[in-house]
Amino acid sequence: MTLIASDPEADLAEFDVVGTSLRKPDGLPKTTGSARYADDLKLPRMGFCRLLRSTRPHATILSIDTSAARELPGVFGVITGRDLPVKYGVLPVGQDEQALCTEKVRYVGDAVAAVAAVDEETADRALDLIDVAYAELPTYLSIDEGLNKPGEPIHEGKFGNAHRAAALEFGDVDAALEEADHVFEDTYFFQGNTHLPLEQHACVAEWSPSGKLTMWTSTQSPHYVHKELAKALALREDQVRVIAPPVGGGFGGKLELFQHEAAAAKLAMLTGRPIKAALNREEVFYCHRGRHPVLMWVKTGWTNDGCITGMDFKSFVDGGAYMSYGAASLYYTGALQAVCEHIPAYRWQGLRVLTNKPPCGPKRGHGTPQPRYALECHFDAVAERLGMPVLELRRKNFLQPNSKTVNHLRVTSNGLRECVDIVSRESSFDARHGKLPFGKGVGFAVGAYLCGAGLPLYWNDMPHSSVDIRLDRSGVVTVSCGQIDIGQGSNAMLTTVVAEALGARPEQINLISADTDLTPIDLGSYSSRVTFMAGNAAISAANQLRNLLVNAAADELDVPVDELVLRRGTLWRRDGQGPRLSFAELVKLAETRNGALTATGSYKPPKLGGPFKGSGVGPSPAYSYSAAVVEVDVDPRTGWVTVDKVWLAHDIGRALNPVLVEGQVEGSIYMALGEVLMEEQEFRGERGPRVLGVHRIPSMLEYKSPTTFETPEMHTFLVETIDPEGPFGAKEVGQGPLLPVIPAVANAVYDAVGVRIDETPITPDKVLRALEARAEGKGGRFGPTKIPTYPFPRLIKVPPPWAEKAAEG
Amino acid sequence: MPALNRLPLMLNVNGEDLELFVPVHKTLLEVLREDLDLTGTKHGCELGECGACAVLIDGQPILSCLALPIEYQAPAQILTVEGLADGATLHPLQETFAELGAAQCGYCTPGMLVTAKSLLDQVANPTRAQIVEALSGNLCRCTGYVKIFEAVELAAERLHRASPAAV
Repeated sequence: MTLIASDPEADLAEFDVVGTSLRKPDGLPKTTGSARYADDLKLPRMGFCRLLRSTRPHATILSIDTSAARELPGVFGVITGRDLPVKYGVLPVGQDEQALCTEKVRYVGDAVAAVAAVDEETADRALDLIDVAYAELPTYLSIDEGLNKPGEPIHEGKFGNAHRAAALEFGDVDAALEEADHVFEDTYFFQGNTHLPLEQHACVAEWSPSGKLTMWTSTQSPHYVHKELAKALALREDQVRVIAPPVGGGFGGKLELFQHEAAAAKLAMLTGRPIKAALNREEVFYCHRGRHPVLMWVKTGWTNDGCITGMDFKSFVDGGAYMSYGAASLYYTGALQAVCEHIPAYRWQGLRVLTNKPPCGPKRGHGTPQPRYALECHFDAVAERLGMPVLELRRKNFLQPNSKTVNHLRVTSNGLRECVDIVSRESSFDARHGKLPFGKGVGFAVGAYLCGAGLPLYWNDMPHSSVDIRLDRSGVVTVSCGQIDIGQGSNAMLTTVVAEALGARPEQINLISADTDLTPIDLGSYSSRVTFMAGNAAISAANQLRNLLVNAAADELDVPVDELVLRRGTLWRRDGQGPRLSFAELVKLAETRNGALTATGSYKPPKLGGPFKGSGVGPSPAYSYSAAVVEVDVDPRTGWVTVDKVWLAHDIGRALNPVLVEGQVEGSIYMALGEVLMEEQEFRGERGPRVLGVHRIPSMLEYKSPTTFETPEMHTFLVETIDPEGPFGAKEVGQGPLLPVIPAVANAVYDAVGVRIDETPITPDKVLRALEARAEGKGGRFGPTKIPTYPFPRLIKVPPPWAEKAAEG
Repeated sequence: MPALNRLPLMLNVNGEDLELFVPVHKTLLEVLREDLDLTGTKHGCELGECGACAVLIDGQPILSCLALPIEYQAPAQILTVEGLADGATLHPLQETFAELGAAQCGYCTPGMLVTAKSLLDQVANPTRAQIVEALSGNLCRCTGYVKIFEAVELAAERLHRASPAAV
């Protein structure tokens, strides 16, 4: 890894902890086996919950007979949807889920009943005794079927299965395309895939007779689970406490209430016993909430010298059976098209269609990897059609720092150009692109991502993150925050920023996280928000306490405050005179003077976003930028694609902990390679009849994910642009680096063997079919050729921000 | 209550002989986690696909989710992540995985650690290719494996430095 300061004057030595690769506070607990995850918890008298899941993709429930199950010895309780009638959903506009279905089931795996028993085997035997009578309904397994097949829609609604649509235009796109010297269009399909965290979802629920429910659960957002669980159980929110133990991987798959959580909670309330529900791997595949399959069409206009004049984009999103995060996911397929290039005019129309498959939702990059794949492959093809080197074309169009996009997104720090320069130089891209022997290729792409969503899921003006810090006279610094470390390193991030801001040693810091009774709100580990938001909240709290400490010392020593230095847990006079005070001594002085030492900091993003409906998705206080070059080897006899090397440069703002930042980059590269080469969430019936809606490969053996053997050489470069609003200038790294890798692989495959695979995953069969088609003179491409005709709603027309300025001027 | 066909067993786990009376069909994974409260060993599939449940039997990694305890009674030596440290002294792998961020979410980590220990016990200075091969049955979704390879290499180096004669 190489650290490259974008500003040569940047003085990294000004920090004690920031910029050092501090060991994660949860590192040793995870290597000694002492970290206790949700499924490691065990309470006295605990019972075990299993769910009866639908075997039908779409059916009316005629009856459920649980009488035999209730009589089975060892069974503590059996519930159906009648015990949990309240509908819920993570989005205010998506209150469409039930813990246990009452009227109908909407996908294979939808839960209809739950049992608590002395052990899982007994609970499973009880499930076998439950008799459900179904009446089949038409099954919709694709966007096409959802739109065109007649019959009862999956949910009641004005537009049937076409449940969410949006249409936005910024500037005059028709005129921009009309005036262009060249217009190009392409169609792409991005297949759905799933998070596959190593830890299967698990929870333990305990009900106190005084009327309080405690739930330990593997979740990325204790706050949203808290709200949804209270609603599903018809309890007041103050009656519910959600605690997230360490989470064994999330990637977006544990961001809302799941059926097993509500069922375990209800069974705990009814049986008076703690109840554990732990999913098996097959159930995790059916819970899903992963990457939406998206069919995309893009049309762009260009001047002769390679500048974009306008872009027209349509996305058709296969949502699965429920809303989940779907309204936001849909908008994200249109929100970040203009953050890398300056696009003078932009139109986006998007549609999310319900299908009888497990609900899709947020997965790493949430709605952004699909259009980024389409755009980056499209730009690669455009460069070739224009006869320009791809980097020359790309460099003509990049967005400047401190600018606004056509759709009113505020971009501040932007290290994209530096990222591109680094990866192209390090990989010798210009010397090799288009010049390697047949079968070898290099591909290039870029990407950008949010540092936290500008708005919470339910609209309000409260902080997005809060941090309490309490100083003890022993010198212990207790930091409380609702944030949850899902492996991304947010515990280390908080330790680093608090130690730095407070002038304490990292070992003094004690973290309390992710407990809705004990810790102040943090919305959760999603949208790459924790570093930016919890980090800034922590700095705010730490600064208040630091002032109290230093002022107390100034009084005691009778010197002006600015002559004192507080670093690494020690205070001294700048001139070296007088005593050095330990942190504990400082706390005692300040506590004597001020009383108990606690402070709270909170963070709310500035007001961002344009003056139009739908502007809530896309704004962020900052954007990270990435560029990638990928080198592949494609075997033209088998179609097998091997990724040999990846160069990735990421604009991190500032690397608070370089080793952990690099780990996020490598993990993103890995996950991108899985998505582009092998992973797909595929269901029977999508390609021919058989048992409709059954997952084809719901196991870790058959759902192929990269192993150590598929790990390429990874070269990571961090660009530090020192973001003006980030904590110590830091930006996100958990999701952005995934974005360019997927299209860079596709572009490298084209460079290697001359076929465009415009559909993920790029599997050997697709490469071979494209090669065969080319050999037969039918063009070397594999991918979709058409999009549905759909009457999108009337366009919301918004002038670009520069048009407003011109009008005002 | 279901009729349970229980069996008395003696297992040697992390150097301790433990007497148990457990249903015969319980897997070693279940016995370790549920009966012995050794929850450090994780599970990601219960089908032998992910490697998270790996433990060492007489120094060889096996998937505890596919193993029955009756096959591995004492004197067979079962080693789990809880037994990696020598008293209060951590195994170098435990240190290097924590230092290099090779444990992100940490769920694959116990299986990775014991599998890597088995490799290092047999090959003092493994090549990158040998590490890749040894860990190829252990899935990790967080790290992209690179930090794991580096942590194994660093641990090998430290072990070598501590007792060069053993090589």
